Amino acid sequence: MNIALIVLLPLLGAVLPALMIRSGRNACMTSAAVINGLALALLLTHVPTVLGGGTPPRVDWPWFPQIGLSVQFWVDGLGLLFATLILAIGLLVVVYARSYLSRNDPMGNFYCYLLIFQAAMVGIVLSDNLLLLMMFWELTSLSSFLLIGFWSHLPAGRQGARMALAVTGGGGLALLAGVLLLGNVAGTYQISELLTRRDMVQNSQWFPTILILILLGCFTKSAQFPFHFWLPRAMAAPTPVSAYLHSATMVKAGLFLMARLWPVLHNIPGGPEPFAGWWFYIVGSVGALTMLIGAVIALFQDDLKGLLAYSTISHLGLIGMLLGFGTPEATMAAVFHIINHATFKAALFMNAGIVDHETGTRDIKRLGGLVWLMPLSALMAVIAGFSMAGLPPFNGYLSKEMMLEVVAHTKWLGSEMALTVLVTVAATFSVAYSFRYVFSVYFGAKRHDYPHHPHDPPFGLWGPPAVLVVLVIVIGLWPGDVAESLVKTVTAAVLQSPAPDTHLKLWHGWTPAVTMSGIAVGVGIVLLLLYRLLATIWKVVPRPDAKVIFDAVIAGLIGGCRLFTETLHNGSQQRYLFSIVAATIGLAGWSFASYPWSVGDRPLIPASPPVIVGWVLVVGATFLVVTNYRNRLFAVIVLGIVGLFSSLGFVYVSAVDLALTQISVEVVTLILMLLTLFFLPKQSAPESRSWVRGRDATLAIVAGSGIGWISWMMMTRNWSLPSIQSFFLENSKSGGGGTNVVNVILVDFRGFDTFGEITVLGCAGLAIFAMLDGILQGKLRARILNWNPGIARSADRHPVMMVVVTRIMLPLAVMVGFYIFLRGHNLPGGGFIAALIVSIALIMQYMASGFGWAANQVRFKYHALIGSGVLIAAATGIGAMVFDRPFLTSWHDHWHPPKIFGIDFGDIELASAVAFDLGVFLTVVGAVMLALAQYSKLGSTAAEFQTNVRPMDFDPSLSDTPPATSGSAGEVI
Amino acid sequence: MELILASAIGVLTAAGIYLVLRPRTFSVVMGLSFLTYAINFFLVSAGRLAVNRPDILVAGKDLSEYTDPLPQALVLTSIVISFGMTALIVVMGVRGYFENENDRVNLDATEEVIARSRQ
Repeated sequence: MNIALIVLLPLLGAVLPALMIRSGRNACMTSAAVINGLALALLLTHVPTVLGGGTPPRVDWPWFPQIGLSVQFWVDGLGLLFATLILAIGLLVVVYARSYLSRNDPMGNFYCYLLIFQAAMVGIVLSDNLLLLMMFWELTSLSSFLLIGFWSHLPAGRQGARMALAVTGGGGLALLAGVLLLGNVAGTYQISELLTRRDMVQNSQWFPTILILILLGCFTKSAQFPFHFWLPRAMAAPTPVSAYLHSATMVKAGLFLMARLWPVLHNIPGGPEPFAGWWFYIVGSVGALTMLIGAVIALFQDDLKGLLAYSTISHLGLIGMLLGFGTPEATMAAVFHIINHATFKAALFMNAGIVDHETGTRDIKRLGGLVWLMPLSALMAVIAGFSMAGLPPFNGYLSKEMMLEVVAHTKWLGSEMALTVLVTVAATFSVAYSFRYVFSVYFGAKRHDYPHHPHDPPFGLWGPPAVLVVLVIVIGLWPGDVAESLVKTVTAAVLQSPAPDTHLKLWHGWTPAVTMSGIAVGVGIVLLLLYRLLATIWKVVPRPDAKVIFDAVIAGLIGGCRLFTETLHNGSQQRYLFSIVAATIGLAGWSFASYPWSVGDRPLIPASPPVIVGWVLVVGATFLVVTNYRNRLFAVIVLGIVGLFSSLGFVYVSAVDLALTQISVEVVTLILMLLTLFFLPKQSAPESRSWVRGRDATLAIVAGSGIGWISWMMMTRNWSLPSIQSFFLENSKSGGGGTNVVNVILVDFRGFDTFGEITVLGCAGLAIFAMLDGILQGKLRARILNWNPGIARSADRHPVMMVVVTRIMLPLAVMVGFYIFLRGHNLPGGGFIAALIVSIALIMQYMASGFGWAANQVRFKYHALIGSGVLIAAATGIGAMVFDRPFLTSWHDHWHPPKIFGIDFGDIELASAVAFDLGVFLTVVGAVMLALAQYSKLGSTAAEFQTNVRPMDFDPSLSDTPPATSGSAGEVI
Repeated sequence: MELILASAIGVLTAAGIYLVLRPRTFSVVMGLSFLTYAINFFLVSAGRLAVNRPDILVAGKDLSEYTDPLPQALVLTSIVISFGMTALIVVMGVRGYFENENDRVNLDATEEVIARSRQ
């Protein structure tokens, strides 16, 4: 149980610092440190079990078993090592960042991102499921984007973050493909299971694809050549981020995955056919090359963090190369170097941060002689730097010797010398840049031209690196006691077999490795002495600039996408719709081609004369609309015929609820269309060329005939599968408590659909309100105030008769609505229809008496109506959950009220669905009224110079006739 | 009866598609209304046609005596949602009319595309 907590703690706890920042920066840091520390403590409780060789503790929660995704975590040796590094260095970084970040930096955000990142990293290393690992992998890319771009006001920060995200995210895509293939080939996504299936994977024809895709993910994440270029750019991040991401965590994720999958993927020359040597030559060569290139470039960096960044690339290459060698000894060296590199590199990054913080610059050329001003920092830099150079007795020396020893015995394409020479050269440059860091910054003449006056920093800045430096020494001096058991456990976990029986110690005797080391140190010092000459040559030699290439690639991609998009998406809706319809016809024709296009044999219903009359009217009206659509008012009214007859058609085919809904919707739509025509032009001139119209007509006729024929084929056949209708018919009364099956389906069986639907309708109402409100404000307001509708307007805008009649109709209509609402569960009716009836009655008031007066009479907000409707519907659904039933389970019962004054009220049927239907009712009224009322407000703003305050323009009941209108358009509203 | 409905669906669809392809917002809205009618009838007809068999349960009536209620429930949802959509689109048309001072559905390709690529 509690190993999932190691991941969940930082993930969920990430909000805490963001909240605690209100109590000050110390509280913020403390909260982050406590969460981090708790996770670390939880992890460390498992150390005895894991180091003692016990079964790794694990949790296993099924999540999506169908696709093999489960929440599976385990703490084995490898996971333990990485998780410890992540959480321990994380804790140091948390402390360090408190002193590093300035007052202006949003510290709450910083710790929040940092903890999310930490959780993602821990998630990667503790996952026992490849798909779960992938999710955390992507989360590291995203959260590192936030961290690298933390100083988002700096262009370099933004560009660096973008580049890191593009490269690692792109690699993540490749990795996802590789992981999916791997899981499919191996038949499992559980890592511990997968590791035993090497034969299955390596015998598969997919192995090269899997290997290359997974390695693409690892190489991009771990900044291996040729994907190394993002790492130096990511140095624009605050130094604590660099120390964390680029020493201990993110860049090691690629190495971690290579180590994790090593048992299934590794294959050295002479290994199992047919892909013998693939792993060795790809991983080993890329690693070696990266090691050399990183080391050479690092020497010529003037920025301290740039130097460390390229050095990190070089060391990552070193570890990758060792993993690529595919032997137990090499793997052990890799594991040991992972630990050592994390300690000295994090210490050095923090050291660079101290220098930057104290002197105000990271430029090596402007630094020097700091040992006199900052002795403590200098001491730490010397120790960590010498460890990086691989000098005894520090820990970097130990793993470097192991590496050199392995290299000396490894043949590359049959040659023993190739790798030996290459690695010695890389080690030489490594010594040179390490010394350059130490000596150019801290030694030499004392300078006085620093931007700030430097001195040793407060404890918050030197404490964390000091812890690491102590580790550098302790591991270096007593490797056998401190590190050996951990290294061996981890190595065994990587190998999935016992670790080799070599011991970690400082002196192994006069081995080839010692010779190589000696050469490296000697020549390295010479290189540094010749630095000026070398730097001059370096500047002259042309080199490809990764940023230029990257930018060109990105610009090319964007250009290609833009060309593609703008060709297809050129702003012509007519073209889009034509393509969509044409493509749909093509696809439908293609898929129907293999079916018999014949008429079925279901018995038909004879057509009665009224039906034929209705058909003639509908087709005739349609024809009229199509031929006269430019005369818009006419077309809208004729369109109403189609609507009316479709309601009648619904009645005829036994769809009574539909007919009621359709006819009320028809009325509201007509009002809406007429209001619209008030604003839009009433006529439009013909503008399409005749061939365009002919083309469109042809397409329309083809589509119409197709749909007609499909309907005809469908209606003349019986269902190919038994219909599920009997379920609804059988259970409507007993399960839903109503005899109107359609209504019971809406509020009960498929209540969740309806719930979604009213939410959508409510949103549409709000969107309409917002869109219209936008016209009433800003520059459009002036436009609408000066707008002339261009039609003659009635002198009597609010006629007495209309006002009186609609006023009388309102209570009657509300009564009808209430009746329709209540009977809906058993007879045609229900919330929708009732809502539309009530809305029509309300909107009639606006039409008769004008917006200004009507709006004044409304004592509630339509927004609130929508909200309360959705909430009531939701509450009904949640009510079922209170009784331990699924969401929206309905309840119904009979209730016989006691006699009051001898009157028997009979049996009253109660159903919770009524409350749900009430929610539907309120939402629909709210949405319709919100939209239409806002529309009429727009109309009154546009057309009426003055807004009315009285219901009618001429009121005979008033003896003296005061002016019927007063004030300007804005006042009443 | 089936032929009548099928042909009506075909005619409504054809009219809807033709109007949707016109260059002004208002005809597009009318076209969508036609398509809505056609589609709603198509969905209802998926339950196969039945005359005088409404889904109001009456004691003693056999279950095979009722028409299929499920397509009706779906179409009821469809009617309400298409109303919401029509209202939204109509209002978009009006807003667009006031923003651009015309009611064309197409961007003026020559000007707009150049303006966008310059940004």
